[in-house]
Amino acid sequence: MRQFSQKISLFQCINALILAIVVVVTVYPFIYMAVISVSGDVYVMRGEVFLWPKGFNLKMYSLVLGDLSILQSYLNTIIYTVFGTGIALVITSAGAYALSRSDMLFNKGFTLMIIFTMFFSGGMIPSFLVVKELGIIDTVWAMVLPGAVSTWNLIIMRTFFANIPKELEESGKMDGLNDLGLFFRIAVPLSKASFATIGLFYAVSLWNNFYFPLLYLRDPELFPLQVLLRNLVLAGQVMSGDVTQIGGDQLIVEESLKYATIMVSTLPILLVYPFLQKYFVKGALIGAVKG
Amino acid sequence: MSLLRDDHERRICEIRHIRVRSDKNLLRKLNQTKYLWLLFLPCLLYYVVFKYAPMFGIVISFKDYNLFKGIQESAWVGWKYYRMFFENPDFMKLMRNTLLLGVYNLAFGFPAPIVLAVLLNEVKHSFFKRFVQTVSYLPHFISNVVVASMVVMFLSPTGGILHELLKWFGAANANVMMEPEWFRTVYVASEIWQHAGWETIIYLAALTTIDPVLYEAADMDGAGRFRKLWHVTLPGIRPTIIILLILNIGKVLEIGFEKVFLLYNPATYETADIIGTYVYRVGLVQGNYSYATAIDLFMGIISLIFVIAANTISRRVGNTSIW
Repeated sequence: MRQFSQKISLFQCINALILAIVVVVTVYPFIYMAVISVSGDVYVMRGEVFLWPKGFNLKMYSLVLGDLSILQSYLNTIIYTVFGTGIALVITSAGAYALSRSDMLFNKGFTLMIIFTMFFSGGMIPSFLVVKELGIIDTVWAMVLPGAVSTWNLIIMRTFFANIPKELEESGKMDGLNDLGLFFRIAVPLSKASFATIGLFYAVSLWNNFYFPLLYLRDPELFPLQVLLRNLVLAGQVMSGDVTQIGGDQLIVEESLKYATIMVSTLPILLVYPFLQKYFVKGALIGAVKG
Repeated sequence: MSLLRDDHERRICEIRHIRVRSDKNLLRKLNQTKYLWLLFLPCLLYYVVFKYAPMFGIVISFKDYNLFKGIQESAWVGWKYYRMFFENPDFMKLMRNTLLLGVYNLAFGFPAPIVLAVLLNEVKHSFFKRFVQTVSYLPHFISNVVVASMVVMFLSPTGGILHELLKWFGAANANVMMEPEWFRTVYVASEIWQHAGWETIIYLAALTTIDPVLYEAADMDGAGRFRKLWHVTLPGIRPTIIILLILNIGKVLEIGFEKVFLLYNPATYETADIIGTYVYRVGLVQGNYSYATAIDLFMGIISLIFVIAANTISRRVGNTSIW
């Protein structure tokens, strides 16, 4: 018996160790980037910085935040995210509500038509041509409209609405509400949590979006953060304006600057994530059960 | 003769009558749900414009599409672009790269969350469990651009931290991102890092639905930890595993264009260039719209066949399917 319990604790130890490694592998890259980005040049170049900043300074951040093109793209990203989330929520929730009502005509047919798009699409070029034909290339609309409904989110929301007790809707009807009234007065107020969840999914995907700007934006003034980040870090472009000038005058560790840029663009997500995590999980579960 | 004709006419009349009545019925129903239609309209428009219109746009793959002429005016060329793709010396390379990357990603990326979920499920300490979960979901919300940037910088031969680690193991002296034989490993590893944690959610939920009585019974029969895992835990989440496997097999060929695009470079085209990236270069960069669309459609159809096949097999074998 004694041996048995020891065996369990050994297993528990190994298990905990493995999971601890998973945690380190996940978190350490962020710690490393954060630490490098606030450390002194000399220590970074000597490769002495690993866990704790040495020669702490915020020079890189003042450079990054002082760069006009970065600020512009930051503003663009915020606009696309806020505006896009708003539009996506309106269209998705209204559509999901209609589909959740079994008395809507052709309800089944439309659901099938929507689910089919998860398995087959026209592809990159025809989609591009549609956006082009609409004349919204190089406008905010190109960032906002092509992703306004995600089929996955639509299905999750439909499930949310379908779970609202029928009695509530019937009592609403008795009080003389039409379907619009039922939606705005009953369904929406009851689904604040689901709006928060789906809104978050949309907001994150808009914040991180790289595909749409790559395809639909040509004008650098309109580039969101992700495109700028890619140009700086992956395509090796130098920053415009201030950063390059200062870079010419004094020594800049390119690495630290890049890490600082990555941190700046990821920070909003890292900061809000711990508080909103439970909403994400809830959404993912509902999607999984019904999808 | 005339009697027969009368009969015939009467029947037509009846049919017409029924049709008129059902039309009225339909109209009434439409009228009753007009506000629901109003709510649904934007969503419908979205699907028609951004999902179904592109499907009709596929027609340009059978034409010599010219931006100035438009779809209507461009000349029909039949299967020209499809033939062109099959005769392309890069055809085999692209197919192989796409398929291999997808298969590797499935082979390593699919079991990863199952293993992680089972390990998490064994943790008794609930705070530690929640902590690991919260942390492991995080990378899922980091953008592909940031993840690719991290990969490239960590593997950079000038001071990249992973590069130092690899050198320490004697594995790499050169620039990993420039070597074709490393691309698939790097891609699959980064995918697992990014998504494995998040994908445990579904399995963890499935694990909680297993009846504890089964574990007690297994204990009574003297089953050890691994027998319980094999005979109780895994069968308990089997339907979930199968459904997700189908979904993932269907997506084998739809490897994320974004991630590959961000990670590859001309030096690694040999293994990294997939259909998606090729379509982007040929279509959007070089402006060969018809050709790119033909390639895309070819791939889309194969992908669709994959989903249907996977679903059919699982319905026959495991009695589980997504439709």
